Formats: sequence, structure tokens, C-alpha cells
Amino acid sequence: MQFPILSVIVFTPMAAAMLILLIKSERKNEIRVTALAAAFLALLLSLWVYFSYDKAAAGYQFVEKYNWMPMLGISLHLGVDGMSAPLVLLTGVVMFTGVLISWGLDDRPREFFAFLFILASGVFGVFASLDLFMLFFFYEIAVFPMYLLIAIWGWIKTREYAAMKLTLYLFIGSVVSLIGALVMYWQSGLHTFDMLALEQAAFSPGFQKLWFPFVFFGFAVLGGIFPFHNWSPDGHVAAPTAVSMFHAGVLMKLGAFAALRVGIMLLPEGAKSWSWLIMGLALVNIVYGAFIAMVQTDFKYVIGFSSVSHMGLVMMGFSTLTRVGLTGAGVQMFSHGVMTALFFAAVGMVYDRAHTRDIPRLGGMVKPMPLVAVAFIIGGLVSMGMPGFSGFVAEFPIFMGIWQVRPLVAIIAAISIIVTAAYIMLVIRRVFFGSMPAEFEGHIGPVAVQDKVALVFLCVIMIGLGLFPSLMVPWVQTGVQHLLSLLGGA
Amino acid sequence: MTAFVPSNILAILPEILLLSLGVLVLVLDPFWKEENRRLNLGWLTAGGLFAILALSLAVARPGAEPALVFGGMLRYDLLGFAFKMLFIFGAAITALFMMDVEQVGRRAEAYLLLLVAALGMSLMASAADLVMLYLAIETTSIPLYILAGFLTGDERSTESGFKYLLFGALTSAVMLYGFSLLYGFSGETSLYALAASFPTFSLLALGTIFLVLVGLSFKVSLFPFHFWAPDVYEGAPTPVAGFLSTASKAAGFAVILRLFTVVFPSLSANWSLILAVLATLTMTVGNLIALAQKNIKRLLAYSSIAHAGYAMIGVVAFSQLGAASTVFYLIAYILTNLAAFGIVTAFGHVAGSDDVKAYYGLSRRAPTLALMMMVAFLSLAGMPPFGGFVAKVFVFAAAIEQGWVWLAVVGVLNSIIGLYYYMTVLKYVYLYRMEGEEEEKHPIPLSRPYAIALTVLTIGIIAVGVIFAPWFGIATGAAMNLF
Amino acid sequence: MNFLSSHLLTLILFFPVLAALVILFLPKDEVKAIRWTALVASLVPFGLSVLLWMRFDSSASGFQFVEQYPWYEAIHSTLHVGVDGLSLTMVLLTTLLTPLAILASFSIKERVKAYMILFLLLETGMLGVFLALDLLIFFVFWEIGLVPMYFLINQWGSEKGERVLWGKVKMQARNYASLKFMIYTMAGSLGLLLAIQMLGVLFQTYDLPSLYLKWNALEGTVMGLPVATVKAIAFWAFVVAFAVKVPVWPFHTWLPDAHTEAPTAGSMILAGVLLKLGAYGFLRLVLPLYPAEAQRFAGALAFLAVMAIVFGAFASYGQTDFKRLVAYSSVNHMGIVLLGIAAAAKVGLNNPDVALNLSKNIALNGAVLQMFNHGLSAAGMFFLVGVIYERTHTRNLNDFGGLFPLVPIYGGILLFTSMASLGLPGLNGFVSEFLVVRGAWPILTVYTAIAMLGLLFTGAYILKSIKQVLHGPLNEHWAHGEHRLTEINVREIVVMAPLMVLMLMIGIWPAWILDVINKAVMMLF
Repeated sequence: MQFPILSVIVFTPMAAAMLILLIKSERKNEIRVTALAAAFLALLLSLWVYFSYDKAAAGYQFVEKYNWMPMLGISLHLGVDGMSAPLVLLTGVVMFTGVLISWGLDDRPREFFAFLFILASGVFGVFASLDLFMLFFFYEIAVFPMYLLIAIWGWIKTREYAAMKLTLYLFIGSVVSLIGALVMYWQSGLHTFDMLALEQAAFSPGFQKLWFPFVFFGFAVLGGIFPFHNWSPDGHVAAPTAVSMFHAGVLMKLGAFAALRVGIMLLPEGAKSWSWLIMGLALVNIVYGAFIAMVQTDFKYVIGFSSVSHMGLVMMGFSTLTRVGLTGAGVQMFSHGVMTALFFAAVGMVYDRAHTRDIPRLGGMVKPMPLVAVAFIIGGLVSMGMPGFSGFVAEFPIFMGIWQVRPLVAIIAAISIIVTAAYIMLVIRRVFFGSMPAEFEGHIGPVAVQDKVALVFLCVIMIGLGLFPSLMVPWVQTGVQHLLSLLGGA
Repeated sequence: MTAFVPSNILAILPEILLLSLGVLVLVLDPFWKEENRRLNLGWLTAGGLFAILALSLAVARPGAEPALVFGGMLRYDLLGFAFKMLFIFGAAITALFMMDVEQVGRRAEAYLLLLVAALGMSLMASAADLVMLYLAIETTSIPLYILAGFLTGDERSTESGFKYLLFGALTSAVMLYGFSLLYGFSGETSLYALAASFPTFSLLALGTIFLVLVGLSFKVSLFPFHFWAPDVYEGAPTPVAGFLSTASKAAGFAVILRLFTVVFPSLSANWSLILAVLATLTMTVGNLIALAQKNIKRLLAYSSIAHAGYAMIGVVAFSQLGAASTVFYLIAYILTNLAAFGIVTAFGHVAGSDDVKAYYGLSRRAPTLALMMMVAFLSLAGMPPFGGFVAKVFVFAAAIEQGWVWLAVVGVLNSIIGLYYYMTVLKYVYLYRMEGEEEEKHPIPLSRPYAIALTVLTIGIIAVGVIFAPWFGIATGAAMNLF
Repeated sequence: MNFLSSHLLTLILFFPVLAALVILFLPKDEVKAIRWTALVASLVPFGLSVLLWMRFDSSASGFQFVEQYPWYEAIHSTLHVGVDGLSLTMVLLTTLLTPLAILASFSIKERVKAYMILFLLLETGMLGVFLALDLLIFFVFWEIGLVPMYFLINQWGSEKGERVLWGKVKMQARNYASLKFMIYTMAGSLGLLLAIQMLGVLFQTYDLPSLYLKWNALEGTVMGLPVATVKAIAFWAFVVAFAVKVPVWPFHTWLPDAHTEAPTAGSMILAGVLLKLGAYGFLRLVLPLYPAEAQRFAGALAFLAVMAIVFGAFASYGQTDFKRLVAYSSVNHMGIVLLGIAAAAKVGLNNPDVALNLSKNIALNGAVLQMFNHGLSAAGMFFLVGVIYERTHTRNLNDFGGLFPLVPIYGGILLFTSMASLGLPGLNGFVSEFLVVRGAWPILTVYTAIAMLGLLFTGAYILKSIKQVLHGPLNEHWAHGEHRLTEINVREIVVMAPLMVLMLMIGIWPAWILDVINKAVMMLF
């Protein structure tokens, strides 16, 4: 019996959360150390899973199946394929760096880490789940801790509003998908929630066409698709740093991935019928998101809207339903996740010291925190799709995919590259370079070593993937191969 | 016509034991000193109830074949048995909660009334005859009327008791009329014999169903007979409100399930639609009005009303899965709502207020209590890994299976509204601070009975939410008795 | 040794990155160590490219020292590098100018570590473009080169100067210049990016040699449009991207600002190498991939080239800022390169007329040599401007006057370099300009004639600048006291020396380089 590594990965954060709740509130260092240890363990395990994945064999590996309720065909069915393995790794990375970044949190760290880890368990569970019921189970577990994390530890001006909006939006999206999923369950006649079986269920094209929007868009709400993206910028800004990292870095990928897994993979004919709509909306995401980011004066809102724009690229990649487009989308989920985690970490560091995120009031931050500036610049280059970094490796195939389907869309979407470059360069210049306003002179403390470790780690990943696409692309390709077979070899 | 067989004693073992316990409580009461009375009564009742639970589970489980016993008065089957265990459990927990409530906890009569009500509910769950049914309903209701008005010095409690009495009496009279019509159709009072002679469709038949429904809707607080619930819950002693909202409602559902699937299946197309509409209205009204509540007991009252709507979806589905999902829903719901009311009781006992605003900063005053509140409220909202999530999914699944997709959509939309106000309360608990921000100086200590009860319930909520197969198995077993 | 020769190109290409990594770990206060490490490290690729030059077989055709490694297999792109005569010349130019620029940068005092790292990364970016035989790799390095240059201008550029933008927003001149440079180039390359994507989608490969064949063999319709239309659009997409870089009038407006505000060494590299990237793009990609379109639009290209020559010269003449004058002179000189290319394009492939073909070759030779020569002279001129700026802290020509007796050596070097820039026979400028004119005359007579007018004005502005700086009455301000002008020092002479030697050598005996170029050019088109 092979070691149930996926179960361990999924449940370690939850177990750690329980453990942390048992520690006394005052023993803050013990809490932090426990959290870091658990995060590190999860990271190591996800690295191990990622690199031991056998690309030649492809398909779902590390599969575990435990009958949970045979009566309705519910099982705790876990497994990763080429698409989900990078995302599991991403979660491990973001979790680890998130804990490092939150080291300085002083207000009830016990509850904070406990809720954060419950969230992490939910996320791991969704990525690894091969059972539709369990996917929803873990998905919902990932939604509600966000509310508490944002409402309690977030930015005092908007946290209540943003937290409630975020939770309600995401909940609405998920229950819409739930209805679709339940309908699928009954229609298949297979009396099982096992997604591997449902993949072969062969629903009628009419059925697929009707139900695909429910399922896809329900999950895509969490992916930030226009016009349901509204929760995202406010949620990003209001959340505390580590939660923003998780939110933009992992949670939005959760939505996109679930949309892929449940929507496209189980209802391929529906996907084909509706791809035009997804493409159109994704285009709006990309272009509109970039333009809106440009006019923001709050540093974090810039990043928030930039996330909306980049997730649009993921959706765009999905909508092409081509090999290259899907490959690009798969890589973009990882690349953007790392990049945006870095962005939010950097923004958090600036805010913690300057106590403002108002861009006109900031400046000259490169002197007190040179590493943060360089890291942000690297993140910015990834964001622009600069070759040599992971963003290019992700965006280029997406564009190739769009070309294959609708060249005009590619041309319009390319506009966003320039706009992105413009606002990124402007933000970098205004915040990090230039002269530091007098009010900050001498008040900007140094960056702690754990923050530096986190930033360097994230930068290394982005540069490594950018220089050596073979570190991830082959994995994603195997997943895409399977997807294409479900789509009928498109 | 079955003869009196000793083995049939097992069928009513729980009832016999309940009665004995009641007598014991009454008898022992005068012998205890005033100061000890409260504790002794409480522990005796609760302990006795748990013992009854254990004993019944050990020896009194029904066999594979359900049987009509005692001249067709009762049906000895898994449906009735499962509900009985639930009621006994609920009563035990309520007894634990009652202990700390002033004026209630030290009066033996309160515990006796509780036991009698539980007895009545048990009979309701396994009643197979109209007369028995009516008797059981009254046996349940009358003690509950008194319990609701138990705080004689408190105007609101008196009002609550009175309102409950009047409303209950009225609806029960209407229901009795319905029963008489049923008798008129067939000349039979046994439910299982009625089914054969119930007409396939006629306005009169539909009307009869409606009349019967009046009384039962009152019991489960279904729209439009829900109006009593908020006032009664608010005025009654909190543990009683908890008991009302859980066990009493479940008993009503037990009757509805049995009655509608056994006696009225021929008209299922019609009454399903009626119930669906009523369920919709119940959920919606309950959730929408809950949004505006400032008193936590009223909020929970409206929330309970809404939950009746969700549970009803399973009945509407009119299938084995539907019935099973309703039973499962009730299991999860009883655990959850009892916990919610228990927390309110514990808090109200120390803080002396039921205002939602009084809960500001609870997470700093009593972190564990706050966590338990979070568990309970999230389960009410339908979030995993708690029982409420699984319960809702199954209920919706049952509806969709039978083609009631719109109803599932309504349920889902209502869940969203519910989530909003549950989250708001949690927001107050976790985010907001007390005035003066000195939470450490105002802790909320939990006495032992509360600690035990709440721990059991919290674990139960999580257990039902995570390891739900065994519970659903029980629910399915119960449902199988109906189909 | 075998490793060396089989991996020569990748060594040249990536050695600067390695060096940058080493410098990353040096403590930032050890300025001296950082400078010398950077200098020595940059000499290694130079040594290797000299080795490459010597080993290069100028009689063989096609690409040599080819290496190919898998890179992004999912989209069929490989790290495919190789040299022919054209790229070899450019590689030599790059690896020569970089150490000189680094040596010139020894006067930079702030954040030396970051500066040197960026410089070395920039070198890799430029080399990558010249060595790439894979279209995607070409694009990757093309873009990579932008970022270091942006920061070099932004951070180490001239501190004085402000620009007022629309909405009365004030911006530091160097910020404006760097942002304009970056956005302009990126916008220009957007079309290139899209066209490359299209090519990749169509042919499922980015390998240049195979693309040459497949693209030219393409017939019928592409995505619903006739091939000719698609090719025309793609042609202009490529042209715009490279035209921004060269820069071709009217896409040149980024250049004066960028050159002027950049630090001295930055301008050296910018003018010396970066502009050549655009011209290289024309030669390596536009002509071979779009011979028919190039021929059709050669007239337009020639027109633009002539405008660059003439307007560049006029604009130079009108400048009072010495550096800006040199900047516009780059526009002027690169116009000559483009003229040669346009002439070659006009003749087209497989033209039966032998004489025209000869002219075509001559024109192309001239263009490539002009690229090399301008690299040398522009780098030299910018450096010399930097030398005087460091001492006087002004670039305004009116502030100078009669400095020759004060700084005779400097004056001599300035004269020499200016003459090379002007095109004095005996120095390198003359050879390349002559070849271009000779080659273009039979093909584009009218344009060439107008261009020669421009060349006349080249002389005018060069002489004007020399007069204002060196001759005329002595400006007493620089003669005494604290502002006394100091002579050019040894380090600065060492920077200029190789450039001057080459200028002379090519002027007198150009065969050593022309042979290499010629072979490549003949195969190219």
C-alpha cells in the first residue's frame, strides 16, 4: 500500500490548525513555529509529488480512493494529473511564503494561522479531488475562512464590506455550480460522484449546452471573470498581506481550475458551444483590467486589477480549447500565482512601514528596501510577459492558441501588454524610485530576514521557470493531452 | 389485530422508561435540599435520558420487518425509532441546558414536563392511528405550552406561553376536523388502512389534506402558520425555545413524513406542489425577516423557520432519497440548533442580554465558546465540514432527482441570504469589540453541564458533517420504511 | 579545447550572465573590485569572439558554429544559435564595445554593483539577438535587452533636466526618456510579436532556416486572407518594429531623448550596438522573409532613409547640446544603412541583371560596414562628449570655445573621431559611405542624390561642433581656477585607442572585414 501522500498533504494543514488552536493564545512564537513547520512540510510533500510525477505514464497518479458513502457513490477520491500537480505545488509555495510574511502578525496569531490553514486544506483538497462531491466539500471549506481572515485582520476601512461581498459572491458562484453538478449526477445515471467515471458519461449535447454555463461560470466567479470580478479588487485590498497572497495567488486559480475540471472536462460539448462567450468575457477582463489598473492611485488596487487582467488570460487560454492555449493557461495559473504572491508581499512590506498605499504619497522606497524593489521589478517583468521570466512562458502559448482560433482577438488582447508595461513601470518608478517624501525619512524600518527569504524564493521560481520552461511545461502538457482527448482531439 | 405480546414491550420501551423517569423525578424531588435540587434534578434527568437512550439502542431496536403493534396504534419501525432516539437526545441536552436557567432549573415540574413532552413526541413518531396521533400531538403540545410560559414573573414568557397555547389549540382543532374527515372517507382510523380507501382526486380530498396540514404546519412552523414562532421563542426560556425549535419540529416532520407518504401518496402530485410553494415561502420569509433582527433569539427563530423550509424540500421530493435526506437534515439540524440555543442560553445567563450587539467581542471573552458558535452558525449556513452542508446538498440532490430543479435553486438562493446574517453575527463575535475593549475582564464562564452539552453537540456537528455515511444509512433505513 | 569550439557561441552568449552572477555576490561597497571584475569578465567574450573571427571560414557559406538545444518544446522553439559573416561582425562589435563602455563607466560612483550587473545582462541580450537562429529566441533576447537599458537611463542618467508633459505634469528628463524608450520599443515590437506568433502557429516551428524555406513557399490563403495580403501586413509589422529601433524617421523621436539622458557608457552602447539590432533585423529577417514585399516597398523605405539622412543632418546642425547633436548624427548615419538596404531590396532576389546585382551587393556591403563603423564612431563620439561633460558639467556648445590649447590630446582625438564620423577618406566612414552610395546610385538614383546633399550637411554639423568646442577664442572660464580643464587621462585614452586603431585600419585596409561581410551578404539575399 503506497504512502497516502495526497491525503497527508490535504489534511496536514487542517491537523495543524487543530493543533494550533490548542496552543495558548499568549505563546505566539510557538504558534508561529508550528505554522511554519506545517507549511514547510506541505511544501516538501508537494515538491515531492510534483517531481515524482511520471510524465511518461501521464494520467492521474498518487490516486487514493476511500469509499465514503457508497449509497450515493461518494468517495474520498484523490489524485493529481499534469494540470493539478503544478497547482498543488503552487499552494505549497504560497502557503510557505505566506507564513513567512505573516511572521510579524501580533493580533491573535493563533486564530489567524488556524483559519489560514483550514483555507489551505480546502484548497489542496479541491486540487487533488477526483470526486465531485468532495470537490464541493473542499471548495466551500476554502471559502468561509476568507471571510473571517479579511474581516478580522484586514484593512480597517473596507474590510467588513469587502469580506462580506467576497464571501457572498463566491458562495453564490459555488452554489450555482452545485446545482449544475447535482443535475449532472442524476443525468449520468451512474450514481456516482467519481469524476473519472463522469468524464465518460457522455451527456447529450443539448444537456451539456444548457448546463455548461451554470457550472463553468459558477466556478469562474472565483476565477474573477467579468462581469463577476467585482469582489476581487476590494477583497484583495482589504485582506491582510498573507491572505491577499493566498487569495490572488491560489484561490482565483481554484475557481479557474474547478471551472476547467468540472465544466470543460465533464461537459466538453458545452464548452465548445460556449467558448465564444468565455473568450469575449476574458478579453474584457484582460483589456479592461489593464486599463483600470492604470488609473488607480492605491498601490494595492493596481495589483488587484492586474490580477483580474491576468486571470483573464487564463480564461482566454481555456476558451481556445487548443493544445497550446490550454498549455499556456496551465502555466499561467502557476506563474501568475507566484507573481501575484510576490506583488502582494512587496506591497504589504511597503504598507507596513509607510502606513499608506497612496501612490502619490510614496516614493524612493528603493533605498530602505532594495531587495523588495528588485523583487517587485522582477514581478513586474513577469507581469508584462517579458521573455526570460515565467510570464512569457505562460502568455506566449496562450496567444498562439488565440491565433489559431480568432486572430483579431489576439491583436486586441496584445494591447494589454503595452498597457501593463506602462502601469507597471509607472508604479515602480513612483513608489520605489524618485525622492522619498519627507514624512518617511528615517521611519522606514528594514525588511526582516524571513521576508527576504520569501521574496527570493518566489523570484527564483519565476526566473527558473522563465529560463527553463521544461521545468513545468511537460507536466502541463500531459494534462492537456487528456483534456484534448475528452474534447474529441480538438 | 395483534395480541398483547411481551416482545411488543420493546416497541414502547423508550416510552415506558420515560414515564418511569418522570415519576422518579417527581418522587425524589421533595427529598432534596433546596440548594442541591437544581443540580440533582438536572443530572438525574439528563443522566436518566442518556441511560434510556443507551438502553433503547441496545435492546429496543426494531427488527428488519416493521410491524404494527398494540392493535395497530403504533408502528414499530426504524423511522419511529430513529426519531425517538433523536427526541431523547434532544431532551437530554435540553435538560442539561435547563439547569442553569433561573426559576426553571430548580423546579422538578419543568423536567417532568420535558419528559412528558418527549414521551408525546415519541408516540407521535411511531403513531399509526389517527386517534393515537392526535393524542400524541396533544401530549406533546400541552407540556410545551406550559414550559413556554414557565417564567411566570416575566411578561414575555407568559405572553409566549399564551400565544403558543392559543395558536396551537386553534390549529390542532382544525387538524382534528381534518382527521374526522379522513375517518369519514374510509371508516378507518388506522393510517395504513386509510391509504387504501383514500380517493385519488377530489377537491374534498385535497381540502382534507390542507386541514391536516394546518395543524402540522403549526408544529413545524411552516408558512403561513409560523407567526407564533418568533414571539414564543423570544419569550420562552431559552432552552425551551431550543427544544421547541428542534425536537418539536422534528416530531412534526416525522408525522408529516409518515402521513403524507403512507396516507396521501395518490395525490402526491398535488400536495408536492403545495408543499413546494409553502416551503419556498417559508424559506424566503424566514430568511428575509431574519436579516432585520436585533434579538438573537428572534434571529434564531426566523432561522429555524427557514430551516423547516429546507427540510420540507426533501418531503416534496417524495422519494426514498427525499425522505432520507429530510431525516438526515433533521439529525444535523437538531444538533446544530440545540448548540446555537445552548450557546445563547450560556451567554444570556452571564451577560443577561439577548441583544445581538451584546455579542460584540465574544471571541476575546470566551474563545472556545466563540468557536463553538462559529461551528454552529456555519453549520446552519450550510458550510462544510459541518453537518449543515451535507444535509443541504442531499436535500437539493433529492429535489433535483425528482425534477424539482427550481425548488433547489430557491433553496440555494436562500442559503445565500442565510449565509449573510450568520456571517454578520460571527462578524460581531470575532471582529467587533466590547465597549471599553476590556474583554478579558468580562469572561463568559461555562458551567459543567453546558460545557459537556456543547462539546457533545459540537463534536456531533462535525462528525455528521465529515463522516456522514453511517448517519445517512440510518436515515435511509428510516426512509425505506416509508417506500 | 573541444568543448570550447563546440560551445563557443553559447559561451560568448552566457558568459556575461555568469559574470553578473559573480558580481551579485560581491559586497556592494567594494567598488574597485566590482569594476575590475566586470571589466575583466567582459574581456573574455571579446577574446572568444576574436577567436571566433579567426576560426571563421570566410569562404564557406551558411551558418557556422551552430548549436541547438531544446528549450520550449511545447511550442517548437529551440535555443538555436549560429554565426555568419553578418552576425559575426556584429558580435565582434558588441564584445568590443562592452569592455570599452565598462572602462568608460569607471567614473560612475553610485550603486556600481547594480550598474555593472545590468550592463552585463544587457550584453547578453544584444548578443542573443545577433546569434539567434530561432525566431522566438530572437524575440526573447530582443525584449530582454530593453530592461537593463531602461534602468541604466533611468537611474544613472543625467540628473538635470525636466520635461513638462500634458496636464502640466513635470517629470525628470531621464525618467521621461527611459519610459519613452521602453514603451516606444515595446509598442513597436508588438506587431513583431503578433507576427511571430502567427508564424509559429502556421508552421509549428520557429527555426529560422526552415522558416525561410517554408514561408517563401507558402501559397494560397492563410486564415481566410490571400497570402500576399498576409505577407504584406506581416512585412509592415516586422518593419515597424525594426524601424523604431534603427531608428527610421519618423519613428526616431525616442532616440534624441534617450541618447542625451543616458549615462555616457549607456549612450555608447545604445548608439554603438542597440541601433544595429534594428538594422540587423532588417537584414536577417525582413529581406530574406519578405523579398517580394521588400521590393515592392523599397521606394518607401528609401524615402524614409533619405529623410533620416537629411533631417538628421539638419537637426544635428541646429543643436546647441553637444550630446543631442551626436544623437541626431546617429539618425543621420543609420539612414545611410537603411539606404543601402533599400537599394538591395529594390533589386530583389534572382534579378537577372548582373550589374544591378553587383550594385546590390555593394550596397549591402556598405550597409553592414556602415553598421560596424558607426558603432565605432558613435561610441567614440559619445564617450568624448562624456569626457568633457564630466569636467565641465555642461553640454552646451556655446559654453565651450577655443579649448584646443588647453586640452590638445583630447582635441586631437576628437578631431580624429569626428573625421571618421564625417567620412574623411582614409578613415572608416568613407569606405562604408562610398560603398553605399556607389551601390545605391544605379538602383535609386534620385534618392541617392538627395542623400548626398544630406552627407554634405553631415560635414557641416561636424565641423560646426568642432569649431565651437575646440577652435575660436578661448573661453576664459575654463582656463583658470577651479574650473580649469584637465587633460584627458590614461583610462580615457585606453578607451578611445582601440576604436581609433580600428577606424584607421578599416579606412586604409578594409579587406579583412569586408571579405567576411561580403560572403555573408551574398548568401543573404
